Amino acid sequence: MSAPLLQLDNVTVQFGGLKAVGDLSFTIGEGELIGLIGPNGAGKTTVFNLITGVYEPTAGQISFAGKSVVGHRPYKITARGIARTFQNIRLFPSLSVFDNVRTACNMHLRHGISHALARGPKFAAEEREIDAKVMELLEIFGLTAERDAACKSLPYGDQRRLEIVRALATRPKLLLLDEPAAGMNPTEKAELMKLIRFTQEKFGCAVLLVEHDMKVVMGICQRINVLDYGRKIAEGTPAEIRANPKVIAAYLGKEEE
Amino acid sequence: MIERSKILLLSALLVCAGLSHVAGGISPYYFDILIGIGINIILAVSLNLVNGYTGQFSLGHAGFMAVGAYASSWLTLKYGSSIGSGTLSTTTVFVLALLGGGLGAALSGLLVGVPSLRLKGDYLAIVTLGFNEIIKGVIQNAEPLGAQRGLGGMELHTNFFWTFAFAAITIYVVLNLVGSTYGRGFLAVRDDEIAAEAMGINTTKYKVLAFVLAAFFAGIAGGLYAHFKQFIHPEGFNFLRSVDIVVMVILGGMGNTAGVVVAATLLTILPELLRKVAHYEWLPDWLQQVAENRMILYSLLLIILMLTRPQGLFGNFTGKRNQRLQ
Ligand SMILES: Nc1ncnc2c1ncn2[C@@H]1O[C@H](COP(=O)(O)OP(=O)(O)OP(=O)(O)O)[C@@H](O)[C@H]1O
Ligand SMILES: [Mg+2]
Repeated sequence: MSAPLLQLDNVTVQFGGLKAVGDLSFTIGEGELIGLIGPNGAGKTTVFNLITGVYEPTAGQISFAGKSVVGHRPYKITARGIARTFQNIRLFPSLSVFDNVRTACNMHLRHGISHALARGPKFAAEEREIDAKVMELLEIFGLTAERDAACKSLPYGDQRRLEIVRALATRPKLLLLDEPAAGMNPTEKAELMKLIRFTQEKFGCAVLLVEHDMKVVMGICQRINVLDYGRKIAEGTPAEIRANPKVIAAYLGKEEE
Repeated sequence: MIERSKILLLSALLVCAGLSHVAGGISPYYFDILIGIGINIILAVSLNLVNGYTGQFSLGHAGFMAVGAYASSWLTLKYGSSIGSGTLSTTTVFVLALLGGGLGAALSGLLVGVPSLRLKGDYLAIVTLGFNEIIKGVIQNAEPLGAQRGLGGMELHTNFFWTFAFAAITIYVVLNLVGSTYGRGFLAVRDDEIAAEAMGINTTKYKVLAFVLAAFFAGIAGGLYAHFKQFIHPEGFNFLRSVDIVVMVILGGMGNTAGVVVAATLLTILPELLRKVAHYEWLPDWLQQVAENRMILYSLLLIILMLTRPQGLFGNFTGKRNQRLQ
């Protein structure tokens, strides 16, 4: 096996008295589709925020493609090839569907401010190129017709898909999806599963999926990590996780509360 | 094929050149208002890049205007006479001095912006307000700049052409920036900083860039003002002047350049109308006094506006900022 794409080594983050994530270690290989599950408040979103540089770990190491990302600003980490979606959808509310995706092409611009002002042929060519790229992505995700709509006017499921499109526009090697199926109906969920698999194949990127819907997680993930109270309690294939007594206990314990 | 915006800019410059001849003929009173409109358009449209498109709250635009006014005046006073007396060379000195004033203001914008924009939270309003007062204080104590007495002796260089040419350039720069993929970064910062960073956008860079560009144009506006009035005084660049510009941006609609141009025009004319109203004998005393004090009216106007049309008179920006991170 080659060196992992993403590696977490004993990562801990402390918020005051609360250890939101404790001694967490796991790896993701290139092109893998990995699940991260756990009861509410287990620390899944916090793991995303640690990987993307929104929070800095209190202890431990996170490296991407062999190099540490700890202490880097989020935009730099994105530039290195990690993109994400947000649990509570964070599209750019005043921008259209098209512009939300176009904005994510910003970091790959070859021409800077002087070209934006001079508006020469190079600028026009690059803007056309971006236009085509955005339309291609919107097409794949079936959002072409909504191109000029205000992103807030889209149905919930479409907004979630648009967030995935926007993240893909940064051309990531690793895509972090935070509950992409939340608020979707069963048909949309089935569609989403296909899209995630398709994304992994077509764009060749690894995916780390946080999702409460077990059908979705078990259906597409190659391996699954389970968190409870910020600690990893299990790791394995979907079949192994389903049969793991610790996992069952963690979920049952929560339901009784 | 030439870009449409470039054709528009060139036509605007030609129209300015053409109108410049006609504008010389109107009465000094109206000419004064006209130049005031042009200068306020530069100030408001540039501030709109920061407060409107980038979602930051700068409250010291008059401070940068002061830097530009004093720097360009110092330059023309020092070098204006030493270079030959042909019209071309005096005009060249004037334009170079304007650009020098703009660069001076941009540099002070960089010094103020970098430390304050890196911090999270709304420190910018306080810092820029402080900067405005500090600049005023420095000038009040700087003997070479006339201190409390003010600075005069500049020649009349500002005319219709230069004022509205720079207004057109300001509008061109702001619109072309925010319309490009590059400039979508400003709007992304305004809409959601965390999402913007997650999309690979260096939010600090965009905030500083908006701030420095706006300061540059405020400096140009200051230079135009100085070489029109031919006398500048620190009190002319006080906090109330900054508020004037902020009101124009809010009234026009944050992030709506056309609206801000209209608002800048209306709010330049309004005080003149009010001055007339204040002299109508048949009005009750208190109304005359309200009319004389435009700050009272501005405050009322703002309160009514915020209650009825928070997006500004001509506004289009409805996005709100998400605060919680999940
Ligand atoms: N910035 C913060 N400051 C303090 N506590 C935080 C912060 N962020 C997260 N937490 C806490 O860390 C714990 C883990 O939260 P997190 O959002 O990561 O859980 P989660 O697994 O994503 O849950 P859910 O399934 O509900 O989304 C929670 O107790 C949460 O309140
Ligand atoms: Mg979560």
